[in-house]
Amino acid sequence: MPMHDNMGARCGPVWVIAEQMDGRIRTASLQLVGHARKLANQLGTCLEVVLLGDNLVGVTQPLFAAGADRVYLGNDPDLALYQPEIYTQMVVKLATEQEPEIMLVGSTSMGRELAPLVAARLQTGLTAHCTDLVLDENGILEQIVPAYGGLLSIVCPDRRPQMAMAARGVFPMPQFDEDSTGEVVPLDVPDEVPGRVQTLEVIREEPEGVPLGSAPIVVAGGAGAGDLDGWSRIADLAKVLNAALGSTRPAVDEGWIGLETMIGQSGKVVSPELYIGVGLSGEMQHMVGIAGARVMVAINSDAKSPVFEQVDYGVVDDCKEFVPVLVEKIKEHREKALSR
Amino acid sequence: MVTVLRIIVCVKAVPDPKEATRIRIDPVSRTLLRCDVPLVTNHLDRNAVEAAVQLKEELDAHVAVISMGPPPAETIVRECLALGADEGILLCDQAFGGADAFATAYTLAKGIEKMGRFDLVLCGMASSDSGTAWVGPKIGALLGIPVVTAVREIVEHEGRLWKVKASLENGYRLVRVRLPAILTVTRELNTPRALSFSGIVSAREKEITEWGINDLGVQEEAVGLRGSPTIAANLTIMNSKDSKRAVEMITGTREEAAERLVEKLAAAGML
Repeated sequence: MPMHDNMGARCGPVWVIAEQMDGRIRTASLQLVGHARKLANQLGTCLEVVLLGDNLVGVTQPLFAAGADRVYLGNDPDLALYQPEIYTQMVVKLATEQEPEIMLVGSTSMGRELAPLVAARLQTGLTAHCTDLVLDENGILEQIVPAYGGLLSIVCPDRRPQMAMAARGVFPMPQFDEDSTGEVVPLDVPDEVPGRVQTLEVIREEPEGVPLGSAPIVVAGGAGAGDLDGWSRIADLAKVLNAALGSTRPAVDEGWIGLETMIGQSGKVVSPELYIGVGLSGEMQHMVGIAGARVMVAINSDAKSPVFEQVDYGVVDDCKEFVPVLVEKIKEHREKALSR
Repeated sequence: MVTVLRIIVCVKAVPDPKEATRIRIDPVSRTLLRCDVPLVTNHLDRNAVEAAVQLKEELDAHVAVISMGPPPAETIVRECLALGADEGILLCDQAFGGADAFATAYTLAKGIEKMGRFDLVLCGMASSDSGTAWVGPKIGALLGIPVVTAVREIVEHEGRLWKVKASLENGYRLVRVRLPAILTVTRELNTPRALSFSGIVSAREKEITEWGINDLGVQEEAVGLRGSPTIAANLTIMNSKDSKRAVEMITGTREEAAERLVEKLAAAGML
């Protein structure tokens, strides 16, 4: 039985549009379900999850364990791959019927396309890159985003659902209650879809280097690298530390590295054991993606750079000159440690 | 039957990302301090313009550029004309100000509708200033045309059924899409060309049309701040000094500093 029935609730349910890959619920979705549980409790309403895919028998259990009361499950070969038209149509139809108060979507490739398609069809607001989601005293969802050296609280006062997105890592993994169960409501696949856009195939590519999401050490570079040559020195440091290489937006804009390595508000949110920021100024848009690191180091040529107010260790030096020396010292240290 | 492929590229004037960090909110007046940061064409929109111009070089195509922005945004529309676009539209009206992604997409969709028949709309995947990556898909949803976001390669572009690769975090989707459609593009799609002198000269001959709220025939409450479902309710000024971390600066010669940092990392069990 669901923990909450929505009968008598003050408002519509809280929703999470979950995503699965090869039959596993994605981390960003589970984290959102965990946070959405708290919001639903505060609102006195139930937490419902929409999950679309194929061969999903048994896949829903982690969603219940994370706190979902009900899962709307579309389980059909036509849903095996993300199909924008069908997925949008199903979510829009269900949302129109069920009138959720809040709809949360993970900032994944799929979510970034699906959420705005749904929001536009429902003529409601949508907030990207949230770093927190809290309820104000009137039960309105405050969608917190960093902006211009501050934290902006964005609200969608008049239209429903209130839609927001957050990346993996913004919210912690929930406490799983493996005994928790709930109701699975099967969804029908619409008979008629225009068929004007179709995902034919999904091709996986192995990322180069150490993946950012789970790396114990992250080395991130910024505009201070100066050029591609300077950037390659930062990459050398990542390599010698067996670290994932991250970046700031200016580094991506310069074309030194791909967007998928960007750390921060509109990129990845990571919590490594060690973070070394090289040639970056400590902009909040970047730092919110790394604030959970255990030990933080910054290397920057400007002694007044705000980055030095946000780390544990700082070195004032030209990163192009300093980083190669640091790489050599790390190698020396390792050799010494081995010969001991 | 050979018809001209009509392409519309949506472009945005953004504060130069190299200097955008100077933009701050005044803690006292709570207004945006723009600090005269110059406006440039959003990076990824240049990839969209490049894609359109390449299609024009290959096929029989007409390329129009549309932008919503303040009067100075005309310079970036002019720049797109110099890069090879045929005509420019600037949606410029005080009433359009303060728009969120939804109201922006609505206004652009109305502008695109007014432009008449089109086959393809291109935009950069996201803007560098707000970076929601939503204006493209929302325009598509409002116009009722198919959308593919994060296109990194156009694999087939003959006839009305195109095939594209759309980036995923761990690979890509191969997508078949029927025109008219809207594609948002990533930097992997191409390398934008540089401005040429001849392009700049020829752009002077080309026309930029300015449309305001009356030209679009839309209600004032549907655009700008009033047409935006979301509003910025509250701003908490944060200060990097609020950080819980107390920095220890590592000093000495370059060699010494590197050695000391290695010692610190080793002591923290990181090496």
